[in-house]
Amino acid sequence: MTRRSGSKALTWMAVSAVAFSAPALADENASLVVNGEIEMVTETDAPAHLEGVLGDKIRSGWTFRARETQALQLDDFDNPGMIFVDQAAEQWDTVEGSEGKSCASCHDDVETAMAGVRATYPKWNDQAEEVRTLVMQINDCRENQMGAEPLKYTDGKMTAMEALISVQSRGMPVDVAIDGPAQSTWEQGKELYYTRFGQLDLSCANCHEDNFDNMIRADHLSQGQVNGFPVYRLKNTKLNNSHARFKGCIRDTRAETFSPGSDEFVALELYVASRGNGLSVEAPSVRN
Amino acid sequence: MQLKKLTVAAALVAGAATAGEIAPGDVVFTEDGAIEISLSGAPGVAANAPEIMDKGAGNCIACHQITALSDIPFHGEVGPSLDGAGSRWTEAELRGLVANAKMTFEGSVMPSFFKVDGFNRPGDAYTGNAAQEPLEPLLTAQQIEDVVAFLLMQKDQ
Ligand code: HEC
Ligand code: HEC
Repeated sequence: MTRRSGSKALTWMAVSAVAFSAPALADENASLVVNGEIEMVTETDAPAHLEGVLGDKIRSGWTFRARETQALQLDDFDNPGMIFVDQAAEQWDTVEGSEGKSCASCHDDVETAMAGVRATYPKWNDQAEEVRTLVMQINDCRENQMGAEPLKYTDGKMTAMEALISVQSRGMPVDVAIDGPAQSTWEQGKELYYTRFGQLDLSCANCHEDNFDNMIRADHLSQGQVNGFPVYRLKNTKLNNSHARFKGCIRDTRAETFSPGSDEFVALELYVASRGNGLSVEAPSVRN
Repeated sequence: MQLKKLTVAAALVAGAATAGEIAPGDVVFTEDGAIEISLSGAPGVAANAPEIMDKGAGNCIACHQITALSDIPFHGEVGPSLDGAGSRWTEAELRGLVANAKMTFEGSVMPSFFKVDGFNRPGDAYTGNAAQEPLEPLLTAQQIEDVVAFLLMQKDQ
C-alpha cells in the first residue's frame, strides 16, 4: 500500500489530461483486476429485491467510465486515491483525544481488524438502535473511545479513514442487510430514491434506473452504485464520500439538498448500497 | 402516454407579467397538452434558440440529439432526437411540450420549463440551497416562443 513513488503520481496526471480532452468510450467487456491479484466483480446478477428494475444485471460505475479513467484503477501505483489511504494508515496509529488512544490501540492491525467491515455497512447497531454508516461508526469511536472531537461528515481526514477501512474489504461482495431492524430505514431510503426533487423534477431513478447507459450531455450515466466509494474524482482531485455525491446529484436537479450525515442520506446510502449487493467493494475507485 | 384528462389551468396567484404575456399559472393547455396562443404575445425568433438549447437556460442538448446543432458537442440520449420535430408536431403542440412536457407525456423526465409551483424542495438555481420564492420559470415566455419557432423549422428530410 505504501509503495508509491513521485514519478508514478505524475503518470496519472498525464493520463487524466487525456481523459478530459478526448473521452474514449468505456470498454464494457474489460475486467478489473487490481494489482494483478484482486479480481473485482463489476457485473453480476441483480439482487432479488430489485425485482428486475435494472434488468438482469447490476454494474459497477467502473464499467461506464472511459478507458483512461478505468486504467487508473488497475494498479495502486496509478490510483491517486491511494495517497489518501496511505495518509489514513498513519492516522490509524496516531493518538488523539483525552483517552490517549489511537484506532490501533483498540483494533491493532487495520488489515485484519477491518477485513470485511465495509461490505456490510451501512448496518444496524443494536446498542444505539440506529442504522450506522461507516462514518458514523468512526466518529462514535473518536468520541466515545478516544475522547476526540468528531470529524465533519465529509472532512478529508474522515473520507480517507473510510477509504482505508474500505480497502481492507476490496474484492469482497457488498452484502448489506435490508431486513430486520434495518428494514424501515431501507424503506425510507427507497422512497427517497424514487422521489422527484427540485425544479427539474428528477429522481435518482429517473437518471440511474431509467437512463443508465445513456449519455446526459457529456456524462455516461451509470447505475449510480456506491460500491466504489469513497471515490477519487479527477474533477476535484480528492476522495469523495457517497453523501457528497448524493448532495451533488440532488443539487443538479435545482433542489434544496439534504446534508451529508442527515437521516435522509443515511437511509439513502443503505438503500443504494443494497442495490449493489453482489458487486465487489472497489474503494477507492477513480471517476471523472 | 397522452394525458387523457382535461387539463385545467388553475389560476393561482399569477405573478406580474408584462402586457400580452401569459404568466405560468395562467397557461391553458388543450386536452392533449398543447398551448394554442403565444406565451409572450409575440412571435418567436428562431435565431435565439441555439444558445437557449445549448448551455443556456434550456440545456435541451443535455438530453436530446439534433442535427441542426451538430456544431455543439455532446448531445444527450435521454430523450428522442429532435430532428423532424416540426413535421411531427404542430406549433401549439410544441409550445405545450416545451412549456410542460408532462401534459403531453405523463410522468416524463423532461423538465417543465414554464412552471413555477408544485415542486419538491425547489432550490435556488444550482446552489443546493432553498429557493427564493416566488420561483422564476426555467425559460421566459419569449424564450419558449424562440425555441418553438426553431423546432418548427426542423422538418423531415
Ligand atoms: C439529472 C441526472 C441525475 C440525477 C437526478 C441523479 N444523478 Fe447521480 N449521477 C449523475 C451523473 C451524470 C453522474 C456521473 C456519471 C455516473 O456515474 O453516472 C452521477 C453519479 C452518481 C454516483 C456515482 C457512481 C459512481 O460509480 O461513481 C452515485 C452514487 C449517484 N450518482 C447516486 C445518485 C442518487 C442516490 C441520486 C438521487 C438522490 C442521484 N444520483 C440523482 C446524474 C444524476
Ligand atoms: C432531462 C431530460 C430532458 C431535457 C433537459 C429536455 N427534454 Fe425534451 N424530452 C425528453 C424526453 C425523455 C422526451 C420523450 C417524452 C417522454 O417519453 O417522456 C422528450 C420529448 C421532447 C419532444 C418531443 C419529441 C418528439 O418529437 O417526439 C420535444 C419537441 C422536446 N422534448 C423538446 C425539448 C426542448 C426544446 C428542450 C429544452 C428547452 C428539452 N426538450 C429538454 C427529455 C428531456
